Amino acid sequence: MAIGWYLVVSAIIFCIGAAGVLTRRNPLVILLCLELMLNAANLALIAFSRLHGGEDGQIFALIVMVVAACEVTVGLGLIVAIYRRRLPIDVDEMSELHG
Amino acid sequence: MSNSATTFGWLVLLCPLVGTTVIALGWRRWPGRTAGWLGTLAIALSFGFSIAMFAVLMNHSPDDRIFSSSLWDYVVTAGVDAKLSILVDPLSVYMALIVTGVSMLIHLYSVSYMNEDRGFSRYFSYLNFFVFSMLVLVMAGNFFLLIVGWAFVGAASYLLISFWYRRSTATRAGVKAFVINVFGDVGLVIGTFFIFRHTGTLDFVRAFAAVPHVFTHNQADLVAGCIFLLLGAFAKSAQVPLHTWLPDAMEGPTPVSALIHAATMVTAGVYLIARMHPLFEEAPAAADVGAIIGCLTLIVAATIAIVQTDIKRVIAYSTMSQIGYMVMGVSVGAYSAGLFHLMTHAFFKALLFMAAGSIIGAMAGVQSLDRMGGFRRALPFTFACFVIGGLALSGMPPFSGWLSKDDILAFLDHRGGGFLILGILGYVGAFLTGIYTFRMIFRAFYRDPVPEAVELEHGHLAHADVPRNPMTGEEEDTDVGFPGPGHFIAEREWPMKIAMSVLAVLAVIGGVLQIPGVDSGVERFLEPTFADSKLAHTQIATGAEWLGLVIGALIAIAGITVAYVIYIRSPETAPALQKRFAGIHRFLANKWYFDELIDLLIVRPAAWFGRFCESVLERIVISGTITDGTVGIVRAGSAAVRRLQTGFLRYYAALLVVGLSAVALYFLISSS
Repeated sequence: MAIGWYLVVSAIIFCIGAAGVLTRRNPLVILLCLELMLNAANLALIAFSRLHGGEDGQIFALIVMVVAACEVTVGLGLIVAIYRRRLPIDVDEMSELHG
Repeated sequence: MSNSATTFGWLVLLCPLVGTTVIALGWRRWPGRTAGWLGTLAIALSFGFSIAMFAVLMNHSPDDRIFSSSLWDYVVTAGVDAKLSILVDPLSVYMALIVTGVSMLIHLYSVSYMNEDRGFSRYFSYLNFFVFSMLVLVMAGNFFLLIVGWAFVGAASYLLISFWYRRSTATRAGVKAFVINVFGDVGLVIGTFFIFRHTGTLDFVRAFAAVPHVFTHNQADLVAGCIFLLLGAFAKSAQVPLHTWLPDAMEGPTPVSALIHAATMVTAGVYLIARMHPLFEEAPAAADVGAIIGCLTLIVAATIAIVQTDIKRVIAYSTMSQIGYMVMGVSVGAYSAGLFHLMTHAFFKALLFMAAGSIIGAMAGVQSLDRMGGFRRALPFTFACFVIGGLALSGMPPFSGWLSKDDILAFLDHRGGGFLILGILGYVGAFLTGIYTFRMIFRAFYRDPVPEAVELEHGHLAHADVPRNPMTGEEEDTDVGFPGPGHFIAEREWPMKIAMSVLAVLAVIGGVLQIPGVDSGVERFLEPTFADSKLAHTQIATGAEWLGLVIGALIAIAGITVAYVIYIRSPETAPALQKRFAGIHRFLANKWYFDELIDLLIVRPAAWFGRFCESVLERIVISGTITDGTVGIVRAGSAAVRRLQTGFLRYYAALLVVGLSAVALYFLISSS
């Protein structure tokens, strides 16, 4: 089985996600991009799992999904809280936690 | 080995400990004089157990009278054996009997004397603690417990000397006593290290048994150790130059002075030297230091006592002088004589202090001899007791002090050589003793009665309208922390009367225990403790001893006669002499300037060093450089790092990506 293609797709998705995180200012979009990165990683994990014929990678991918779900829950909660307080929905504006 | 003797030994220690705890826990609740009776009862029980201990010891054959017992081990590792153990042998039983017996009478006296004091319960709790500490000291079976008892006694003396804690003079005196005592404690600990290093055991019996094997004669370590032990003894026993706390300790209540001077505390140094005799006999150089300092002290103290005007301070200096005799005696090997004098001195010195307390009561708190006079008819009982104590102190036959003091001096004369000089100086001291003792008696009891005495003859006890500090004349009140409003004289208080009567009888007949050629009870009883001593068995011809006694008696009579001539027959002599020898008088009245000397040599340099540490070490080095420097470094470092924390989320993310990429790249390169 040619694993190269899977990894190339995974890498492309990951880079798209990373670029999104770095360039976009809307926290909602940043969360979406984070999901992209996580799913890219999942793709690579499952590809390797198939390559080696073990189940470890698949289990790991499932755990990553659970963590991603939790993370999205918290993240969306935060965004809703920001929206309710009528603060600007822009990560660059939220820079009060500096030294 | 444990048996009934050691069981009684533990009980002797337990009684005052329980007493102090019970009195302290219930100090608010004890009604009236209950606390005083409880304290007296505790010491009386302790005295009873001491007698039991003595009886058990007498039932054993003389070569089987040393028992030790340990309750538990604190530390037992390779080379260290710190145990809670007591040693019951003739010496410790002898000391326990004196300590508990005399303390019991002092407790009894205090029940009356301190009656109206607001700190009545506190006083008896301290007093029991003092006796307990002293008993720990004398019954200790190893160096470890000895040091504990030694330090306890110092702490107890601090508590009692500054008992009237709102008097600034009293608190200062307490601090002084404590500091000098701690100085001695350090000496004792260092001395113990020197000994322990060679003997390898803290236990007395085993350490002394090891002495001949591990030490050579006058070995440097042994001499150094003994000198340090002597330092401890000097501080506790108020020997020159560590004596300055003792006269100041008169700030405490009068029964406390009696306790410190007669039964506990100052005798500790004498006991220590007697207990450590196997060490001192191997280190005669150190023993000679002890003898010389003892002799110096007895002369210095006697000369100061002649010019002091505070009645309690005169007696305090006489104590110093008598302790000088004892230290001199036990240092040259006259153990039984020194300890015999310790016992008789305990009787007549406690008696003198109690009588002085009665006069002070009649004077409504005034202690100055200049203000006293003519109390002979007003205080007949006190007068009789004071004269008995005074005669015993100056060594008049047949009073106890005569037999015991001259026992020491006869031993010195017998050893000859340089010791003869010490002996002769001892006789000079005895002459001075006669003078200052009877100066006190003639000035307080003879001549024209002062108003207080006249009032008392008409049945009215003087009462101060405004209580004053006897030293500074400051006005005081009578609340807690100051002396109570009441004053008490032995004539009207039966507990005081009983205590003084018993001591008066003992001061008269105490000497029969050891009369040359007739009896040597003390020596025979103490013999098992000093069985290994080379010096203790020196036999002095009975004729020589009696010659010493006759010389002693003549000197005492001479001293008393001189006092009689100066203070009674021609009272104008004293002021004339004072004017004629103004320089000497000022020198003696200022106590040989010892306080000033110590102030100059130790206190001021220490204070200067303290200020130096405060201004230079503390402010510049510690605070300025070390603390502020560390703060500066942290502050500069954090200022640099803080600039990285911009607060921009995307900036952090970019850093993360770049960092992770760099790590991944590194592994990629290094793996290929």
